[in-house]
Amino acid sequence: MNIIVCIKQVPDAKDVRLDPITNTLAREGVESIMNPYDRHALEEAVAIKEQQGGRVTVITMGPPQAETVLREAIACGADEGVLVSDRAFAGADTWATSYTLAQTVQTLGDFDLVLCGKQAIDGDTAQVGPGLACRLNIPYATCVQKTRKVSDKVIEVERMMDDGFDVLRLPLPALMTVVKDINEPRVASLKGKMKAKKAEIRKFSASDIGAEIQNIGLAGSPTQVVKVFSPEARGDRKIFSGSVEEQVDQLVECLRAHL
Amino acid sequence: MDYFFTEQQQMIIDTAREITNEKIIPLRAELDEKNQFPKAILQDIAKADLFSIFVPEEYGGFGGGCYEIVLAMEELARGCVGVATSFAASALGIFPVLISGSEEQKQRYLPDIAEGSRWAAFGLTEANAGSDASGIQTTAVLDGDEWVLNGTKQWITNGGEAQIYTIVAMTDPQKGARGASIFIVEDGDPGFSYGKKEDKMGIRSSATRELILKDCRIPQDRLVGRKGTGFITVMKTLDISRPGIASLGIGLAQAALDEAVVYAKQRVQFGKPIISFQAVQHMLADMAIQLEAGRALVYAAARHIDSNPKNISKASSMCKVFATDMAMKVTTDAVQVLGGYGYMKEYPVEKMMRDAKILQIYEGTNQIQRNVVGQELNREYS
Repeated sequence: MNIIVCIKQVPDAKDVRLDPITNTLAREGVESIMNPYDRHALEEAVAIKEQQGGRVTVITMGPPQAETVLREAIACGADEGVLVSDRAFAGADTWATSYTLAQTVQTLGDFDLVLCGKQAIDGDTAQVGPGLACRLNIPYATCVQKTRKVSDKVIEVERMMDDGFDVLRLPLPALMTVVKDINEPRVASLKGKMKAKKAEIRKFSASDIGAEIQNIGLAGSPTQVVKVFSPEARGDRKIFSGSVEEQVDQLVECLRAHL
Repeated sequence: MDYFFTEQQQMIIDTAREITNEKIIPLRAELDEKNQFPKAILQDIAKADLFSIFVPEEYGGFGGGCYEIVLAMEELARGCVGVATSFAASALGIFPVLISGSEEQKQRYLPDIAEGSRWAAFGLTEANAGSDASGIQTTAVLDGDEWVLNGTKQWITNGGEAQIYTIVAMTDPQKGARGASIFIVEDGDPGFSYGKKEDKMGIRSSATRELILKDCRIPQDRLVGRKGTGFITVMKTLDISRPGIASLGIGLAQAALDEAVVYAKQRVQFGKPIISFQAVQHMLADMAIQLEAGRALVYAAARHIDSNPKNISKASSMCKVFATDMAMKVTTDAVQVLGGYGYMKEYPVEKMMRDAKILQIYEGTNQIQRNVVGQELNREYS
């Protein structure tokens, strides 16, 4: 079974802040990590491979330093990493990104399953997975919480809903996006890390994947970010300290003063 | 402090750290509370290849030395000494095979140990043989082409959970220490069963159990090394395993110091964080100083052992005593810094203090370690 996992390098959410002047994401000194949902997608792919045999290829679109997350994925059990990187991809929204990823998947050749995290924690759109499936013209399931059965023709999954879950059966090739409940990602093994260190990462440019210039990057993105701003702080904040009793006393006093 | 680790050592530390942060810390309080063996965590540790550190490369291992083992154990102990003890016990249990086992035994057991698919345990202690290991009453008699073992082992770490046991038994009771031999007993061998499971003060997630050998029959080729050489192997085993116990003290003390400093910065009394008071600051400083001194000694002893010197007993015992006495002191002081909160189970330091105590007792009490150091001094200056 040929499995493709799409991953993204994102700033660590624990560290996210906006530059107060430019209102863009402050990346200086912020650690980059593999998007947490993508770790679950990778784990699921590796688990399916361990059960069914086959190969796991991870792909990421991003700047050259995104190679780090590909190596991390190899350390966690992926067989190969593909970095799709080109200045022309800069400024891509979810529409252009899904086009770029689709071109990449098609360039790689035959596949049975594509896995993505539900969404990336920086953009939070949850659009790229479904977008990619539509571009590839394959069925998809979002928010998968469990893989029930996999064969070489069909996959049966549970899709998380607000009030329970749906059971979906998809003919392969198919795509699914996963939620965190699906598994517990493993810690990268020593052997995996050694392998990752030596692994050769394939690199694709826009022309390598046959991407048309009007469909990628800023030019291919119908969504334009007009303005990013930090919401204004709302009024005064007060943080109480001391024991719980003391804090409650302080709070009551404070409320009384405003009566 | 920077100890100039190699890239491989750093990789081991990082891997163990991820296991500790992601798998151990979130579960440790529950495992302690429920007295529950950390099977799933050990499986995660296996998947991360950490069990392979102490197995040579030719048997599917990573081929690390004492230093590498120490680095991994320190990180695991920062999460939970109970979990780290269960991990360490598998190394302890297989060391006799590594030290004195036949090629055939190594090929049969080491790959599984490296993979973490089977765990080991070391069966030395008995009711009447603790610090005085020569008091062993378990016997092994050759009957045809099988050994027949009889006796009861007490307080065996990983008892009932491991699949491979190295058992010390007397093959020639009249000869005393020279009459002891080591045997490999496997889970499921006829006449081999498990007895009482202990309810302990600390390291409660680790399994501590009686092993019962009642006419336990095992094939002749389970004898490790030559007959009568058991004690030499036991001493060599403990010599190389003790820095591991020392490193548990280091990891544990680091965890306690971390908790104490973070708390002291947050806790406000008399209008100031308590870390600004000299009484507290000096306590934290002493904890940090003792910890770093202990770490440096453990690393130095481990590197000394890896250089293959003739005698490692003194270095091994010195680091075990210092690091574990230090861990007892530092964890006790951490509880003191946290005051009433430190005494409560809501905070992790009371568990750390309970866990610390065993480090001064097992794998040779710290009194026995001082004997070893003293005897070596006596010998060196003769």
